[in-house]
Amino acid sequence: MSERIIAGAPVNVNEEGFMTDFRQWNQTIGTELAREADLTLSPRHWQVIEYLQTEYRNEVPLSIRKIGKSGVVDIKEFYQLFPNAPLKTAAKIAGIPKPASCI
Amino acid sequence: MKRLLILGAGTAGTMMANHLHHHLSADEWEIDIIDEETEHYYQPGFLFLPFDIYEPEDIVKPIRQFIPAGVNLIQESIDRIVPAEQYVLMQGGDRLRYDILIVATGAKIAPEEVPGMLGEEWKNSIFDFYTFEGALALRNKLREWEGGKLVVHITEMPIKCPVAPLEFAFLADSFFKNKHMRDRVDITFVTPLSGAFTKPKATAALEHLLEEKHIHIESDFAIEQVDAENKTIIDYGGRTVPFDLLVTVPTNKGDAVIERSGMGDDLNFVPTNKATLQSKDWPNIFVLGDATNIAASKAGSVAHFEAEILTENILRFMDGQPLKEEFDGHANCFVETGNGKALLIDFNYTHEPVEGTFPFPGVGPLRLLKESRINHMGKLAFRWIYWNMLLKGTHIPFVSATMQEAGKDFD
Ligand SMILES: Cc1cc2nc3c(=O)[nH]c(=O)nc-3n(C[C@H](O)[C@H](O)[C@H](O)COP(=O)(O)OP(=O)(O)OC[C@H]3O[C@@H](n4cnc5c(N)ncnc54)[C@H](O)[C@@H]3O)c2cc1C
Repeated sequence: MSERIIAGAPVNVNEEGFMTDFRQWNQTIGTELAREADLTLSPRHWQVIEYLQTEYRNEVPLSIRKIGKSGVVDIKEFYQLFPNAPLKTAAKIAGIPKPASCI
Repeated sequence: MKRLLILGAGTAGTMMANHLHHHLSADEWEIDIIDEETEHYYQPGFLFLPFDIYEPEDIVKPIRQFIPAGVNLIQESIDRIVPAEQYVLMQGGDRLRYDILIVATGAKIAPEEVPGMLGEEWKNSIFDFYTFEGALALRNKLREWEGGKLVVHITEMPIKCPVAPLEFAFLADSFFKNKHMRDRVDITFVTPLSGAFTKPKATAALEHLLEEKHIHIESDFAIEQVDAENKTIIDYGGRTVPFDLLVTVPTNKGDAVIERSGMGDDLNFVPTNKATLQSKDWPNIFVLGDATNIAASKAGSVAHFEAEILTENILRFMDGQPLKEEFDGHANCFVETGNGKALLIDFNYTHEPVEGTFPFPGVGPLRLLKESRINHMGKLAFRWIYWNMLLKGTHIPFVSATMQEAGKDFD
């Protein structure tokens, strides 16, 4: 675990760059994390990020399948918004832990 | 007379029948166990069957052989559980009332979840090895396959025995080497995870092995469909992986009885308290083995540790005492790495697999997270232990239900 400065604020992150304290997150940090992933956030991106954060607050484990059934976004669009590894990328920008897809 | 009903006579249900039979007075409690099958399969053997290492008769025995006298075995399909009225409806229409219910109906593959997976190519160039029929059909295919692109694939998590697909890839590497045709086979391991495994230290060790064996890995691959005609799998991002032979682990789901009973999550797994193994919705229902939604491995070793803890909790529940919050997610798995070697991982909810010695700290004889022949002997011995000790609920000497921290090299 280490501390880094994102958008002017000190933020705790783990070795993979995921934030470890959601309370430190704000939209400016989200925008900056998105820029590091070469993404510019549109209103659709924000809707998905807000959904992920709500699920996180409700302690619902996240999976690609659940997101596909959420009614917020289908899996195809989720991939268009956050290419390659969408769940990981979106979680990182949202300031929540990397979804642990069970063991 | 009160009735304790166990649904499923697989690994977990059979162990519970043996444990509880031993503790409960026959004057007070009737114990019934229900299963629609007549055969008990040693599922870890499905990994070895395709490579002609085990024969079918090594891994199939009658269910009845493992149910103690005094426990009533009912061989019929369960239609649904009606928890609000405390009865189970059988397919034939019988209603079985219960005082305490144990759900141990396991998990099954659901290849229909992925478009294009089931069809003309199923059991032709697309196989699973998570069922007896699948593993056997694959054995017959591998006996005559002349080589090409072999793709070993995981559809989505969670799956039973999450290391089994990797083991399959490792065993395939040595199988083709022994047949002197490794140069004609290209092996690719395709996973929805970001690496070979979920935990960093084990991932590093396993990825090193993949590299050594020239097995390519495609990670973060969330399959959208199988294009059977063009023999490719396609992910949601449009990435494609071509195959000549696809060995896939389809989506794993809890049995449809859970869905019919309205008791499961979106994959039919039953919401369960991860420390006590009591159902989150119904106090007199307990769940163990692959049927739960807890974030522990879906493995026989896990079911074994759960059964020891759940037995105590059910006895406490009968006495009106508070349940012990004891289950820590302990899992202990041998990972076959091919060429007569294996490695061993031992971990729980909070501690990832690391290097060390097992079961005696500092001594072994088994080494954690390192390949060795003795670990491979351990994996093969597991079959004997399964049939002769595990199912009967015999405690395995020196191996505790909760994970031991001594002997492990945490940083
Ligand atoms: C390929 C493979 C390799 C594996 N390797 C290992 C390993 O190396 N080590 C390890 O520890 N574990 C391993 N496992 C996992 C292990 O086999 C399972 O975790 C274990 O069997 C789970 O036990 P269970 O009792 O929960 O489910 P099961 O043993 O599957 O039992 C469920 C039972 O419920 C019955 N049932 C379900 N629904 C109904 C219904 N509606 N009506 C009537 N009966 C019903 C079924 O017929 C079945 O007998 C492996 C699994 C696979 C597939």
